[in-house]
Amino acid sequence: MPPPPPESPPQALDPAYESQILKSYWRRNIILMLILLSIWAAAGLGCGILFADTLNQYTLPGTGYPLGFWFAQQGSIIVFVFLILIYALIMNRLDRSHMADRTRSRAGKEAAQ
Amino acid sequence: MSVQIWTYLFVGASFSLYLGIAWWSRVRTTQGFYVAGRGVPAAANGMATAADWMSAASFISMAGLVSTMGYAGGVYLMGWTGGFVLLALLLAPYLRKFGHYTVPDFMGDRYESKLVRLVAIICALFVSFTYVAGQMRGVGVVFSRFLEVDVNIGVIIGMVIVFIYATLGGMKGITWTQVAQYWVLITAFLVPAIAISIKLTGTGIPQLGLGSDLQGTAVSLLSRLDGIQQEFGFGPYTEPFIGQWDKVNVFFVALALMVGTAGLPHVIVRFYTVKSPKAARWSGFWALFFISLLYLTAPAISGFARFYMLDSLNGAKEQDLPDWFKSWEQTGLILWFDDGDGTVRYTGNSDNEIFRAGALTGPELAKIARQHQQWIDTDGAKGVNARPLMNEMGLNGPDRDIIVLATPEMAELSNWIIAFMAAGGLAAALSTASGLLLVISSSVAHDLYFKIMNPKATEKQRLLVGRGTIGVAVVIAGLFGIYPPGFVGQVVAFAFGFAAASFFPVIVLGIFWKRVGTIPALCGMVAGLGITAFYVISVVFFDMPQWTLGLTDQGIDPQGFGTVGMFVNLAVTIGLTPLFPAPSEKVQALIDQVREPEGWSPPINIDESAEH
Repeated sequence: MPPPPPESPPQALDPAYESQILKSYWRRNIILMLILLSIWAAAGLGCGILFADTLNQYTLPGTGYPLGFWFAQQGSIIVFVFLILIYALIMNRLDRSHMADRTRSRAGKEAAQ
Repeated sequence: MSVQIWTYLFVGASFSLYLGIAWWSRVRTTQGFYVAGRGVPAAANGMATAADWMSAASFISMAGLVSTMGYAGGVYLMGWTGGFVLLALLLAPYLRKFGHYTVPDFMGDRYESKLVRLVAIICALFVSFTYVAGQMRGVGVVFSRFLEVDVNIGVIIGMVIVFIYATLGGMKGITWTQVAQYWVLITAFLVPAIAISIKLTGTGIPQLGLGSDLQGTAVSLLSRLDGIQQEFGFGPYTEPFIGQWDKVNVFFVALALMVGTAGLPHVIVRFYTVKSPKAARWSGFWALFFISLLYLTAPAISGFARFYMLDSLNGAKEQDLPDWFKSWEQTGLILWFDDGDGTVRYTGNSDNEIFRAGALTGPELAKIARQHQQWIDTDGAKGVNARPLMNEMGLNGPDRDIIVLATPEMAELSNWIIAFMAAGGLAAALSTASGLLLVISSSVAHDLYFKIMNPKATEKQRLLVGRGTIGVAVVIAGLFGIYPPGFVGQVVAFAFGFAAASFFPVIVLGIFWKRVGTIPALCGMVAGLGITAFYVISVVFFDMPQWTLGLTDQGIDPQGFGTVGMFVNLAVTIGLTPLFPAPSEKVQALIDQVREPEGWSPPINIDESAEH
């Protein structure tokens, strides 16, 4: 039996390895989602509402915006836009890297046969 | 040239553009009709979603709402944008991967039940019809204010235009006209905002302008506004939690609007039109990006217009009232009932002299004005003082629509900009109306006719029913616009609460928890929707005292009760799930497939799958 090509992972095509890829993909997806949703809640519901009265004692540096008011009418919306941008960038990269894992594994399997 | 000629020019040009696009993008297949052939680029879909989402209310009324509410107006700003984060992270890519045409499609297949599909169809139709009625009315109002034609003629012109491009091009025609409509509406909104920002603060970026110092002084506009508000008997503009808007209510309403936004069928369905889940993620970003251009500008307009109005009206004599005041006085959006000293007072107290016509008809208003004039002329001996009368009817303060409509005149812009606002308002109303009409059409022609009544229908029959439904729906929507049923205005504010309490929890659980079966989902939807509907109807129509739930002395605002409904829905569904059977192998495999990276399995082609 010839040795597997150097770029392929030790496991060749087998259902167990592929389901492991799927599991890792889904786990990372969930972790990313939870992190982004906590920032969503912290910026909008937290700074914009629950702590707005406390934050209003300060102003946004360099402007005349009371901080709680700024979060409710400007800041939270800006944060929301960036959250979706980060999600799209990271998830699309996750998609690519996990597909590449499978391609490598299957290539290894074919070379092995 | 006069405002009116400019208006005809802009409205005519923009309508020809929409019709031209419709002819260019006409379709012959159901896939083209419902999901634009799934070939819409992410950025274009983002623009279309933004135009779809921003209605006549966002364009004309929202800035005015924020202007009178101050800090609490943030509820709408945060609520109507924050929902897109939920939509983009929890729903859009998965629903796109699932690859159906409509929301009831997903619900019906995921929960393997015609009953669930039927409930979803009814919810989608209910939400869409209450919404679309408001849009058609908006079209009529813009026509009547800017072109001085009858409201009803305006509604009919709007109906004809939407009918042509929606039936010709279906989703494809609607998408590309919405892209054009987005640019019309955003330009019309930004130009006056930039101009008034320069006038008041010397800054060309309104978002920075609101946080800057007043032109030529070292006082920040917002702190001056806070001061002036208090001086005239209103609460400080930037101070949170005044009056009925306490912390609990602000929180509940904001959350209900966010979750409701993510559950509205006409927004979700837009994500079916893109090529792939990857494009769905990007178009979520583009959608909120394009929406944020308007939503970050609206609070700036609100603050500027609020300051400008209080500052320029208070203490003004008859002869030095600004021109915009006189031109909008004729439409009844702003009225002045003097107490006899010839000086305007616009305050939050009982000496306020600024009112609006509201729902009063022309003759009613003329009678009030005549008696008030008599009261002044005779020094109170005869006639009726109109001010306590108007106060009693809750008509104190100008109509909130005036904030956006009069901004160009407040900033002293040329006639053509003022006319361009009319085209912008029409674009906002028409784009939302057409998106909703397509949801109505797909709910009836695809979900009801094809999936339940006649599964053997040919492509041609399905298209015909789809087009026919749009025709019927346009007529119904137009009739609602001409004869607005009283309940529509009251109900539309609660549509978000209903969407939050019914669709959202069940769709999210359907994707993220494989174990959830049909019966728990159905019970959850019924419980969430039931308790929300019960509360809203009892409070609004039967004067039931508002519940406090031990959280607030004010009672929960019916607008925010969707949040409670959502938690009830979640609790019932999650609680019942272990007691009932899990979904079939087939559905579990389907959910697994939805959770795979893009390209892992061949895409689900719903047109070729057997059960379709």
